[in-house]
Amino acid sequence: MISNLRELYQEMILDHGRCPRHFHTLPQANRQARGFNQLCGDSLTLYLQVEDQKISAISFKGSGCAISIASASLMSEILQGKTVSEAEALFQIFHQLLTREIPSPEKIEHLEKLAVFSGVRAYPVRVKCATLAWHTLLAALQQKNEIVSTED
Amino acid sequence: MYSFDLKKIRQDFPILQQQIKAKPLVYLDNAASTQKPKSVIERLQHFYRCEYSNIHRGIHTLSELATEAFEHSREKIQQFINAKYFSEIIFVRGTTEAINLVAQSYGLSQIKAGDEIIISHMEHHANIVPWQILSAQTGAVLKVIPINDAGELILEEYQRLLNVKTKLVAVCHISNTLGTINPIQKIIDYAHANSADTKVLIDGAQAVAHQKIDVQALDCDFYVFSGHKLFGPTGIGVLYGKQALLTAMPPYQAGGSMITEVSLEKSSYREPPYKFEAGTPHIAGAIGLAASIDYLNQLDFAALQAHEKALLNYATAQLQDIAGLRLIGTATEKAAILNFTLNDSRGVRIHGHDMSDVLNAEVGVAVRAGQHCTMPLMQRFNVDSTVRASLAFYNSKEDIDALISGLHTLKQLFN
Repeated sequence: MISNLRELYQEMILDHGRCPRHFHTLPQANRQARGFNQLCGDSLTLYLQVEDQKISAISFKGSGCAISIASASLMSEILQGKTVSEAEALFQIFHQLLTREIPSPEKIEHLEKLAVFSGVRAYPVRVKCATLAWHTLLAALQQKNEIVSTED
Repeated sequence: MYSFDLKKIRQDFPILQQQIKAKPLVYLDNAASTQKPKSVIERLQHFYRCEYSNIHRGIHTLSELATEAFEHSREKIQQFINAKYFSEIIFVRGTTEAINLVAQSYGLSQIKAGDEIIISHMEHHANIVPWQILSAQTGAVLKVIPINDAGELILEEYQRLLNVKTKLVAVCHISNTLGTINPIQKIIDYAHANSADTKVLIDGAQAVAHQKIDVQALDCDFYVFSGHKLFGPTGIGVLYGKQALLTAMPPYQAGGSMITEVSLEKSSYREPPYKFEAGTPHIAGAIGLAASIDYLNQLDFAALQAHEKALLNYATAQLQDIAGLRLIGTATEKAAILNFTLNDSRGVRIHGHDMSDVLNAEVGVAVRAGQHCTMPLMQRFNVDSTVRASLAFYNSKEDIDALISGLHTLKQLFN
């Protein structure tokens, strides 16, 4: 049984869960959004500096389970320097990886380290943990003011 | 030694026979809701199959049967908590609705600007928010009894808060998060000694399944609880209120069943309990709740309590042996609720959600993770998410062992 759980809690996820990267506020941020899952208490604030449709800086603060914090951490790593449309396309593939058929090898390649979240597929209740940061990202990009939740 | 047959008791609960993820279910989420004995499930089925009808209206056989069963349930509850009068038992949806009823009916009619309401730092949101709303409506002031690091009310501070402006004290009998059994007799006595106008509401949601309740001996003004935490159905709960208070209170909701006469200009209301039971109630729920009381009554309650106490002591000792585990709620007087956080070997706290998910997947253990509807309490202990294992009399030593084994796996996973 523990081997199945190891699929979910991969070493990289545990590492980013414990020591999240880009884990700070961002004074120069020109976009910001808050994500909050009330039932499990996952809460994060995402900061973005967007210039010419490009994410030039990204960071976050918050608290939550290993999956949600690692997802925010790895997302902030991969999105550094990406354009807004690249970020949106990545989320599409990431979401597909977690919830639908496994994406093609070319698509998976785009995900880079994010592929470690493939184990979440077997735990549908954790999809909301892995996607909270991404939904918060979309809200920040669209400059929406309401708090984002991935719980029903 | 206590004299009851755990194996037989477990067979009374069909859900405990099933497997979760190919492992026997280990249900340790009893503070959230309790499982139902066969007799309750069968009573509900019999009612719907053979006796079902609306109550208090038809003059046909079924309506008489249903009405009789419904009112008989009220009588059973009256005896169960030793209320003086039948009319002091109001059926509501649950603890939450009962507290809202008292806030909006008693509170709104009796509490004025500048009056004070006392709650405690360990209350469930259901015993905080209705009083915040009432305070906003009336201009009353909400005061909070602080707690110590063990999770016990500081009674001297409570006594200091009481004064001529105190109109209501609302505290829980047992904390859903900490397991603390509050000294409610003292709380009630101090309030009444303070002033005849200081009324006391006891939130008994976590207590009814674990303590004998005698509202006359306690002399509380209101006592509230839910059926589903007493091995009965969801959607049914009880408000006990002293008759004189209920008689003077205005209706909470208006509609059918609660009136004597209606014209298009004005209506007159029935006496309690019916004044507070507008519309068709949860008839089956009330009947199912009476069946759960019947079930409890045929067990040796002192033996159940001794069993729960023994399990609590065993679980506490086992948990304290795990490195990095912090128990939250270490009151001297404590019910079988274990709330904790766990650090990995590097001293980083493992989030409650990760813990509950691993426990569920690894050993089939159902626990609650999160903030337990007590956000102010979580802030008091500076934690954002904890795991809570809450026991009932049908739990066994093996259930605790499964929890402990799951926590060891968790530590291995988050090494």
